[in-house]
Amino acid sequence: MQNRKTWKTTFQAFWYILPLFIIIGVFNIYPIIKSFAMAFYNDYNIFTGETSGYGLTSFETLFSDQEFAESLMNTFVYVLFVTPLSIVISLAISILLNNVNFLKPLFQSIYFLPFVTSTVAISIVWRWLYHSNYGLINYLLGIFGIDSINWLTNPDWAMPAAIIMAIWKSLGFNILLFLVGLNNISKTYYDAARIDGANAWQRFTNVTVPLLGPTIFLVSILSIINNFKVFDEIYALFNGQPGPSNSTITVVYYLYKKFYTEFDYGVASASGIVLFLIIFVITLIQLWMNKRFVHYR
Amino acid sequence: MKVRFENVSMKYDGNDRTILDDMSFDIQDHSLVSILGPSGCGKSTTLMLISGLLMPTDGKIFFGDTDVTKKDANARKVGMVFQNYALYPHLSVIDNIMFPLKMAGVNKKKRKERALELAELVQISEHLNKKPGQLSGGQQQRVAIARALSKEPSILLMDEPLSNLDAKLRKGMREEIRRIQKETGVTTVFVTHDQEEALSISDKVMVLNEGLIQQHSGPQALYDRPDNIFVAQFLGSPEISTFDFDDLKAGFDSSLRDRLQSKDVKLIGIRPESFTQVDGESGLITGVVDRIEIVGKERTVRLKLDNEQIVDITDVDINFTEGDKVSFTTNFDAMHFFDGYGNRVVIKDAE
Repeated sequence: MQNRKTWKTTFQAFWYILPLFIIIGVFNIYPIIKSFAMAFYNDYNIFTGETSGYGLTSFETLFSDQEFAESLMNTFVYVLFVTPLSIVISLAISILLNNVNFLKPLFQSIYFLPFVTSTVAISIVWRWLYHSNYGLINYLLGIFGIDSINWLTNPDWAMPAAIIMAIWKSLGFNILLFLVGLNNISKTYYDAARIDGANAWQRFTNVTVPLLGPTIFLVSILSIINNFKVFDEIYALFNGQPGPSNSTITVVYYLYKKFYTEFDYGVASASGIVLFLIIFVITLIQLWMNKRFVHYR
Repeated sequence: MKVRFENVSMKYDGNDRTILDDMSFDIQDHSLVSILGPSGCGKSTTLMLISGLLMPTDGKIFFGDTDVTKKDANARKVGMVFQNYALYPHLSVIDNIMFPLKMAGVNKKKRKERALELAELVQISEHLNKKPGQLSGGQQQRVAIARALSKEPSILLMDEPLSNLDAKLRKGMREEIRRIQKETGVTTVFVTHDQEEALSISDKVMVLNEGLIQQHSGPQALYDRPDNIFVAQFLGSPEISTFDFDDLKAGFDSSLRDRLQSKDVKLIGIRPESFTQVDGESGLITGVVDRIEIVGKERTVRLKLDNEQIVDITDVDINFTEGDKVSFTTNFDAMHFFDGYGNRVVIKDAE
């Protein structure tokens, strides 16, 4: 049925999208606008809804807060380690999986399991793995003669512990995407490259990587956005604390703390906006790089 | 570079089907050889074995005097043009052509020089900075040939290189391939299922069927003196007509009949264009004209014999209409004799 676009048909169509529009409006669009506005309130009282006016006081508080600087730093460290390591490791595993014919679906399922398991359950298992006295990881380190590490209680090791768990957790989804990408590369390109004298490494850098470009780009943009929003991994792994002596506080954790425990809504909203801008700018850079370096068939 | 196969056999893992069976042949230096056969005959496998992308189950492969059986594609230094060209989609035309040189570690200046030279040879110089996706099929073909030639391969392999082109372009590219091969003098192996392609550009043609070489000879010999009934039937369009010896022997004089019988001739093949019409019913074969087809300058007469056999006849004057009873004969030289196994029987014309 092909109706001509008139005011009447547009109005009819509007009724169809209205239910979803209301839900999105109430739970997504309004909160976004409201939180933007809240960030610019001075002295906001959430119970009366009163504010003494608009200004940048929340941002001033935010940028003079040592804790926010720390949380930014921690978030950057987290993203900087988790994203590239996860991509490299999952690419390597998916290439290996792609060459395995035996029990391939089984291996794929095993690697995909972390993705469908709840973060809290994973964190509980990892807390046990990381346990300073009874943990498997320290036991393995002990075999190689390395002293046991207080993963979860030493501020220096808390971040690495979170990063290792996050990498492991992210592998499943990334491997899935990479396997799809690898399957789309025709075998004749590899034959051609072998004929052209490329060894295994050269085939990887000259065929696999460029032809997998779109997938690598997709995975990197998804994981950067995801990793900037890190919260539940930290919350669950450190039992509701932002790490020993605040050592793994992240931007979203900071936001959560300001909002729910300190009731400082203005600062919480302001930190959300700062995070949004950071992700926005990085995504723009990635889009530009995508245009410049990634080849689409 | 000369290529020699010695008793090469090929089986794929997992199934026992033999793709190639005890194959031996020689390909002369600087020649263009076609491997011709129906699909599934093992022609692409043969090419893959020469390239080193596949390793034979049995037998030996020589390039010149060197045994390359155990060497992989990387070490054999062959050039190859793939059926779908397999140009690297993310590289420009010139980068595609330079790729094998880059892998060989040739410096950038030399690479560029050589690539420009080749682009000139295959006439693709105007498109150097385009990506393969922006080129037509024929242009991609030229780039693929240039890439295959860039590292000065010992042998150039082509796997059905023309099958993705439209009919008109195919004819042009065919001449191009012959020209480029002549200019560079590179030994070329060309796989095709199209007999016209094979016969028109090759120095020699190897006909394969079911993993066995049926005949390996010059293109004209293939048509004029087929080694067996398969080759006779595979080449030529419309197909050669084959008759049981018993059906035709009445038309031969007794001395010829005795000689054919003594040599165990079972089948006789006659090409459609070798028939001539005779008066009445005095010819070798007589039948009712089933259909007359005239397409441009091609005339095909479909004759139905008394025993229901259909015979295609071309290149005759048409002075009859559908439904007429007409008789045709042929001369001795135009007849191909085969024994009960389908192999050619040579009969000298004694008279």
